[in-house]
Amino acid sequence: MSYPSNMQDSLNAVVAGRERRMSETFPRATADAKEALLRGFHPDFLADTFAALRIGPNSGDRTPRELALLLEADSTLPKMGTVPPGGQSPFPPTINQSKPDYTCDILIIGGGGAGCSAAIMADNAGAKVMIATKLRLGDANTMMAQGGIQAADKDNDSPAIHYVDVMGGGHFANTPDLVEALVSDAPEAIGWLEDLGAMFDKNADGSMKTIHGGGTSRRRMHTARDYTGAEIMRTLRDEVRSRSDITLLEFSPAVELLTDDKGEVTGAILQNLNLNRYSVVRAKVVIIATGGSGRLHYQGFPTSNHYGATGDGLVLAYRAGAHLAFIDTMQYHPTGAAYPQQILGLLVTEKVRSIGAQLVNSEGNQFIFPLETRDVVASAIIRECSLNKCITTPTAVQAVWLDTPMIEIRRGAGTVKRELPAMVRQFGRHGIDIAKEPMLVYPTLHYQNGGVEIAADCATNVPGLLVAGEASGGVHGRNRLMGNSLLDVVVFGRRAGVAAAKVAKERTGDPQLGLTHVERWRKELAAKGLGSEVKSPLLLPDYTRKSRCPALDH
Amino acid sequence: MAETGLVDIHIMGERHRVPDSLTILQAFEHAGYKLVRGVGCRGGFCGACATVYRLPGDYHLKFALACQTRVEPDMQLTMIPFYPANRSSYRLSELKGEAKEVLDLYHEMLRCYGCNTCTKSCPQDIDVLGYVAAIVRGDLAAAADISFDCIMCGLCVSRCPAELVKHNAALLCRRIYGRKLAPKSEHLARRRDEVKAGKFNSDIAVLKKQSKDELKKRYAERDIEPGE
Ligand SMILES: Cc1cc2nc3c(=O)[nH]c(=O)nc-3n(C[C@H](O)[C@H](O)[C@H](O)COP(=O)(O)OP(=O)(O)OC[C@H]3O[C@@H](n4cnc5c(N)ncnc54)[C@H](O)[C@@H]3O)c2cc1C
Ligand code: SF4
Ligand code: SF4
Ligand code: FES
Repeated sequence: MSYPSNMQDSLNAVVAGRERRMSETFPRATADAKEALLRGFHPDFLADTFAALRIGPNSGDRTPRELALLLEADSTLPKMGTVPPGGQSPFPPTINQSKPDYTCDILIIGGGGAGCSAAIMADNAGAKVMIATKLRLGDANTMMAQGGIQAADKDNDSPAIHYVDVMGGGHFANTPDLVEALVSDAPEAIGWLEDLGAMFDKNADGSMKTIHGGGTSRRRMHTARDYTGAEIMRTLRDEVRSRSDITLLEFSPAVELLTDDKGEVTGAILQNLNLNRYSVVRAKVVIIATGGSGRLHYQGFPTSNHYGATGDGLVLAYRAGAHLAFIDTMQYHPTGAAYPQQILGLLVTEKVRSIGAQLVNSEGNQFIFPLETRDVVASAIIRECSLNKCITTPTAVQAVWLDTPMIEIRRGAGTVKRELPAMVRQFGRHGIDIAKEPMLVYPTLHYQNGGVEIAADCATNVPGLLVAGEASGGVHGRNRLMGNSLLDVVVFGRRAGVAAAKVAKERTGDPQLGLTHVERWRKELAAKGLGSEVKSPLLLPDYTRKSRCPALDH
Repeated sequence: MAETGLVDIHIMGERHRVPDSLTILQAFEHAGYKLVRGVGCRGGFCGACATVYRLPGDYHLKFALACQTRVEPDMQLTMIPFYPANRSSYRLSELKGEAKEVLDLYHEMLRCYGCNTCTKSCPQDIDVLGYVAAIVRGDLAAAADISFDCIMCGLCVSRCPAELVKHNAALLCRRIYGRKLAPKSEHLARRRDEVKAGKFNSDIAVLKKQSKDELKKRYAERDIEPGE
């Protein structure tokens, strides 16, 4: 046994109660009970961890303090015409209109699932595409997704049934046009991925193996073992790399958008992270596909997100005048690894519950139906801990058990290894055999439910600026269901690529490059008495010399 | 598994004292590095953090993912930020899906000595030689299956005396398998056609018009397909 001795009593209670729990179905929560759980325990309802924005299109709206700080911040660019300390200006004091460093039809900022899907579709439409991404192409949340991707393609299912599930999951706040696009394009998206060579789990007759996820009324989750996102991402990445017409710049995050006199987006300024050099890109359309913001560690939570998930796209779009939607709601995945501390915050995929594991408190009892929506399950875990029915790990993290050996008992020996190879590997590296021992879990910051407000063709209120994927807001309402985000990035990534190619064709002549929106922003900051000490985007979280803080240990 | 103390490690020759509960990646940061290369997902999925190390008194080179491996006393560490690797150019839609095409595009596969060094260096415990052998004998389905968990970290490439870039060849096998060799899904094809023909448009139009309360009712009353 690899758990410390002070956990043994509780572990024994889990094992002892297993036989009873095998036959027990914990009742689903009623609508009222769910509401009470959320209001009482969900982090979105901790009022004092939020701030109201004081500047920009969402003035007055509340959002987590950590995000508010960056949305209200100043640009990282030096003031026009000044030379920053340290000698030579890394940023040209004037932008050379006739000679930007790069010219393209469509600049895609971000090389995850949404960015790559957009690039492929725009390339198909004959547009000249460029991708600028912060780390390597594909180092993104998309690569990490394990659980699956939803699509209503079975005979007992339909896009309309999927629609109702999405709306219910999102607390009926979702933008209906976006949900319609999501569920209607879903079968096409899966087929498209398969045509590109993605290997989904199938039965011998070719039918898709599909499972439930939290909040689904049909088994419509398509999987690729528990590397679903990796399988999609490496397929899209390989396809992008195969297309020599797509220009790719890695380690080159966007640090500011460019706008013309009318405020329309005309390109971006990139910073080469290796050389610390800036370059100017002129584009007829810009697509922001920068993903989420888990690395901002809202409320000190650990996160499941990749290193570059710092919400840059929200900041850039907001400063250029884009309206944000649902930025007061974040998703805490109920099952983040809580022990051992080397993997703190890493995702334990929902698939573990989908295929039969139960959540159990320190006394060995179930306390929630395992497949409620994520916000409800996360709240239930936090409640159990507040009632002291939890385990406290050696690094003072609270946790409950996720009883994985039940999967093997229910579905046969070898199931865990076959269905959850990534999980087996991750825990096995630290001496825990999840086929035989349960895991310790606690909610982890997982997803940005909101983002830049978009229409069904990914357009924003700022002309020339499109947004797709996790950086956008509206489709998932106030809570996203598992498997709808991978779907979102493919569906809206594809739509963004098609729409951008169309806009690019219509926009003739060379767009004007300027930073009037930054000047305007700076004036407004000064007028509101807001300082300019904080700069954004953040680009990378600052973990240097800080790895002793548990929340920052990943 | 709890933290018991501090250990000395050596990052590119320089000594640093770090808590022994850290992963190699966290230890770099604890020592003062701000990582740009050699880090991505921090969760064992992206292969960005391939690392080489040696332990005292042992001449063997060891290989690991920095984000998945805990520090050990007196580790001599370095990261491999980028490993140049051959990648053939192809368009999947133009390939027929024959085993020969993989060998045409990655003809160096035929140079494998069978030394099995690749398998020993793989942090995902993949039978790397197994899938290389499958490629050589033309069994793309087996190559796709065995290599499925590859995170393309390139550690097996760095050690290969025959300089084979097998993870790229394996990806091509998986793409060919996914597109051409896997059995076709009839229900998916049917649903794609139905959506194109607009079969569900009116159902969704009705739902879009419903009030929040009507939708709520419908949601509460929906029937749920049993699990397996
Ligand atoms: C661990 C984990 C598991 C998940 N599991 C599932 C699942 O099972 N099913 C599901 O549907 N969803 C899942 N999700 C959610 C889903 O994977 C993501 O929401 C989705 O992949 C986001 O895709 P994206 O393309 O919008 O962003 P990402 O894939 O995160 O891509 C964003 C890209 O933008 C780049 N970028 C960021 N800032 C800048 C900048 N300033 N300039 C240039 N580039 C920049 C990043 O480097 C990255 O390449 C999971 C997420 C995580 C973290
Ligand atoms: S097969 Fe090679 S590239 Fe793939 S995970 Fe193993 S060592 Fe890394
Ligand atoms: S290391 Fe290279 S030569 Fe040796 S078995 Fe692997 S592929 Fe073949
Ligand atoms: S950082 Fe992605 S595998 Fe280690």
